[in-house]
Amino acid sequence: MRVLITGGTSLLGREVALTLQERGDTVRLFQRRSATGTFDEHLGDINDPAAVDGAVTGMDAVVHVAGRVGIVGSWGEFHQTNVTGTANLLAAAQAEGIDRFVHISSPSVAHSGDSLVGAGAGPADPANARGHYAKSKAEGELLALAANSSNFPVLVLRPHLIWGPGDTQLVGRIIDRARAGRLATVGTGAALIDTTYISNAAAAVVAGLDATPDIAGRVFVVSNGQPRPVAEMIARIVRAAGLEPPTIRVPFRLARTGGLAVERIWDRIEREDDPPMTSFLAEQLATAHWFDQRETQAALQWRPAVSIDEGFARLREWYSQQ
Amino acid sequence: MLPPVGLEGLEPSWSRLITATDADGVERTWHVLDNRVAEPTLTVLCVHGNPTWSYLWRGMLAGAPPDVRVIAVDHLDMGYSDRTGTLRRLQQRVDDLSAVSAALDVTGPVVTVAHDWGGPISLGWAAQHRPQLAGIVLMNTAVYQPEGSPAPRLIRLARSKPILDQLCVRTRGFIEGTLRLTKRRVSKSVRTAYHAPYHGASRRQAIGAFVADIPLEPDHPSQSVLEAIASELDDMADVPALLLWGSADPVFSDLYLHDLQRRLPRAVVHRFPNASHLLPEEVDVSAPVFEWIADRGGPSEPADRDRLQRPQLWHEIDRRRGDGELAVVEMDGTTPERSITFAELAADVSRVAAGLAAHGVAKGERVALLVPPGIDLTVCLYACWRLGAVVVIADAGLGARGLTQAMKSAAPSYLIGVRRALAAARSFGWPGKRISVDPLGSTQARFFGVEASLDDVRERGGAAATPEPPEDEDVAAVVFTSGATGPAKGVVYRHHQAQAARDAIAAMYDVERDDKLVAAFGPFALFGAGLGITSVMPDMDVTSPGTLEATALASAVAAVDATLVFASPAALKNLVATAGELTPSQRAALAGVRLVMSAGAPVPAQLLREVSRVIPNAELHTPYGMTEALAVADIGLVELDEVGEGEGVCVGHTVAGVEVAISPLDDFGNPAEQLTTEPEIVGEVCIRAPQTKERYDKLWMTQQASAQPEGWHRSGDVGRLDTEGRLWIEGRLIHIITAPTGVVTPVGIEHAAQSIPGVTQAAAVGVGPTGTQQVIVVAVLDDPGRRAGLADLDLADRIRDAVRCDVAAVLAVPALPVDRRHNSKIDRSRVSAWAESVLAGKRIGRI
Repeated sequence: MRVLITGGTSLLGREVALTLQERGDTVRLFQRRSATGTFDEHLGDINDPAAVDGAVTGMDAVVHVAGRVGIVGSWGEFHQTNVTGTANLLAAAQAEGIDRFVHISSPSVAHSGDSLVGAGAGPADPANARGHYAKSKAEGELLALAANSSNFPVLVLRPHLIWGPGDTQLVGRIIDRARAGRLATVGTGAALIDTTYISNAAAAVVAGLDATPDIAGRVFVVSNGQPRPVAEMIARIVRAAGLEPPTIRVPFRLARTGGLAVERIWDRIEREDDPPMTSFLAEQLATAHWFDQRETQAALQWRPAVSIDEGFARLREWYSQQ
Repeated sequence: MLPPVGLEGLEPSWSRLITATDADGVERTWHVLDNRVAEPTLTVLCVHGNPTWSYLWRGMLAGAPPDVRVIAVDHLDMGYSDRTGTLRRLQQRVDDLSAVSAALDVTGPVVTVAHDWGGPISLGWAAQHRPQLAGIVLMNTAVYQPEGSPAPRLIRLARSKPILDQLCVRTRGFIEGTLRLTKRRVSKSVRTAYHAPYHGASRRQAIGAFVADIPLEPDHPSQSVLEAIASELDDMADVPALLLWGSADPVFSDLYLHDLQRRLPRAVVHRFPNASHLLPEEVDVSAPVFEWIADRGGPSEPADRDRLQRPQLWHEIDRRRGDGELAVVEMDGTTPERSITFAELAADVSRVAAGLAAHGVAKGERVALLVPPGIDLTVCLYACWRLGAVVVIADAGLGARGLTQAMKSAAPSYLIGVRRALAAARSFGWPGKRISVDPLGSTQARFFGVEASLDDVRERGGAAATPEPPEDEDVAAVVFTSGATGPAKGVVYRHHQAQAARDAIAAMYDVERDDKLVAAFGPFALFGAGLGITSVMPDMDVTSPGTLEATALASAVAAVDATLVFASPAALKNLVATAGELTPSQRAALAGVRLVMSAGAPVPAQLLREVSRVIPNAELHTPYGMTEALAVADIGLVELDEVGEGEGVCVGHTVAGVEVAISPLDDFGNPAEQLTTEPEIVGEVCIRAPQTKERYDKLWMTQQASAQPEGWHRSGDVGRLDTEGRLWIEGRLIHIITAPTGVVTPVGIEHAAQSIPGVTQAAAVGVGPTGTQQVIVVAVLDDPGRRAGLADLDLADRIRDAVRCDVAAVLAVPALPVDRRHNSKIDRSRVSAWAESVLAGKRIGRI
């Protein structure tokens, strides 16, 4: 199978590419900057229809990982990449006659801020999703699902909090803050959160790619199925890097109020870096979000091969070699 | 007229208008709900009370099986039936109902279903239609004003003309008040529906008229009609009847239930302790009604084909009536305080039995025994059994609230109690005529409402003839469960079942006639004299078994050279802890004990090992059983050590005559109907034995659910049989965790967690939706902090390493909630609710 992967420099994009390559599929990456490794690469911007057309030419399948992530930036910036970019890719793929399309989304597209306890994959809800990222991903997901047809099967996967060695998003930020002494536990730290070890996420995407014709049009949350209290998760990541877990505690209300204030300041002064706290982050850290994985595992015929403890062991190993 | 469309839960297609000639010969139009089943196998005729309307029965129409026609009639002047402008009394309402049922072409068998003042109307109809009457269902109603009910006072108050008008007619007060007579809030849309036909005083006239028609005076026009209905009801004792009762009803209290039960002795009863007057709005009544209807014609009593003939319960006492050996000894500290020989006991039992009969206690009547274990309890118990009275036994460990619930539910006619019990009975209004164990002065007797003392009873008994003994089929006892999992339930035993329990205990421990028993464990203590052996009650507070001291136990052993010791784990724990105070002679006495039995809660093998150092020559045993089935299985320390650790607690092989089978669980934790004895299959433990209960008392639905398949008792415990046929218990059915990988049972996880140094006690619970739950371990540490929270990472690691399944979180708490009676059964439901909230990120409160 000839598979185009967008967002090949991301943790997930790269891992999916390696997994597919390893089993003998032909892989092409599409992103702005060159990725490491030996891949056929098309460099370009997903907002550029011509570049996108070129990337899909000659491909059988698309795994759409690319997206704008994070908590800073204007709605326009998020919309351009996550909505317009997705539309460009869908149009190009349909024109090319691609026979399967896996759209990578996020559980946050269906999350309005309440606790999620053993939740399923609810419908994407741009109106109630929290923040530019989640709203734009929700719109992108709806576009992808709308494009689904028998000629053009689309599958949506929402991996939750991917982490692992080399991860700059979740693990990297936690470690940076821990090193700077700015890592705090928000609320009680007891909220259960689901996470996904990187190789499990990649295996789920590959399994989804294989199963797409059979389960097209459906949406699945992907996780390790082993939720942990958020404070424990953070402490174990920090320990894996040889650091000490945080001792600072911030009550949830204070964190959320503070986060709101910080967001406004960051907006006003147009800072580009991550703010120390946002109201969205405070909510994420203080409410449970874990998911029912039974349907996901049955439909993808996939099970996470790396347990969460094995994941920490690998992360520790990786840090010890850095 | 027809009800407006859109009333919650009401199908417009059910409504129909039917015209007929009323009791006075005038043509009227009734509104009726009718599911219009053609050629039904049965018709259910539902009759509402005041101030409701047929809307009350919408659940009955919705829940009806396809071959059952359900009709619910609005009385004239009520609901959407005609407003006649007349005053309709009870007799007219009965005749009206007959008129409308004829117009509806109700032929074939009929079951009447009624609530509130619909009760007498439906029974009047029933009396007129005996040939087609197939059953009676009544809910919170009355045909008679029992003594002691506050209802007449309330009704009288409401009936005074100005209040009646104001409350019932001019305002919506009576309807609103009725809708508030629920323990569960009635939703706004349902309240709206109840008010719908009663907008405007002119449409509410009958609500006042209904109240005014309640006969409280002998010369009331409806009094003779109600009396006739009541007396006709007495003739319907053979008609199948179901009584569903909300016992928190301030008007139709349990007293009315008891009156109806007396009139319908074969009625099936389910009492809802936490529901009030408007029962159909509080619980789903259609499910039990239709289940009962389906079941009604089914096999009644399974013919006991080859039941063993066993000696009567008092047989051994009677046999030893010439014997001067001690039967019961009560200890005071380290010295015997009171004792009675078998000869004295036999004579006293006869005398008290005769005296109670002379005092008015009839065969089959219930007598609550609120007397601590000892001579008095032994005398009263066997005297009651001898005369055929039904003893009601509830553990003082239930506490005042639990005992009050138990007494209100069992409703004994007599209550024999010690002073403390009589005081509680007075404060909490327990039912039953009082008999005092202790002699009381006349002032005290008056204060406690005591009719007679036990000595008075003895005196009467001296001159009276000994009554005829009961049959083996007669009911012997109502024993209350511990209430560790919800309100205590009454468990009914017939004489032959109690005999079987006695014989099972004797067989389990090879009790011989020369054995002597130290009875420090309630339920088994009752059987000491019945087994024909000497029993000694050590000095202890029975409500708090942990107070038994080593010296007190040793003195009890020494007093009679006891060979058997029955004690709770808490008592044994204290025995071990206070063993240092034993004198050499006390130690010598303990060396003569051949067997120690500990029951009432899980007994750790380690405790038995420690006990064996204090009582060196005894075999140490722990039985498995429950109030509903005493003496199911047993295991000794030797075998416990042999089987070693496993998933759950090994409770050993079943006792001779007992069958145990497993009802396998599906992924959602639901037990299958089919039972299996295949080894290593986890499921609900089911028991069939001669000593299993007859039924639950006034809990028909609970009984139905527990006695599946017929003849078996579902224990609510989850466990498995091993390849050697031994039974293992892994937890309670309501406490299982339904993980995505399948059902996970808590006990094995808890044992593994408790094996970690530093962990004193642990609970394993599930959080999340059924079928996809995560396993959580909540631990009490040796050095418990004052605050609950996440356990530290190292402890979490150690616990996860010890446990076989994935543990999502480990929480540390200062203490776990345990039941009062055994002080060891963890309330996992409460722990689970707490963990659910904490792990959702909410504030960490107390469990």
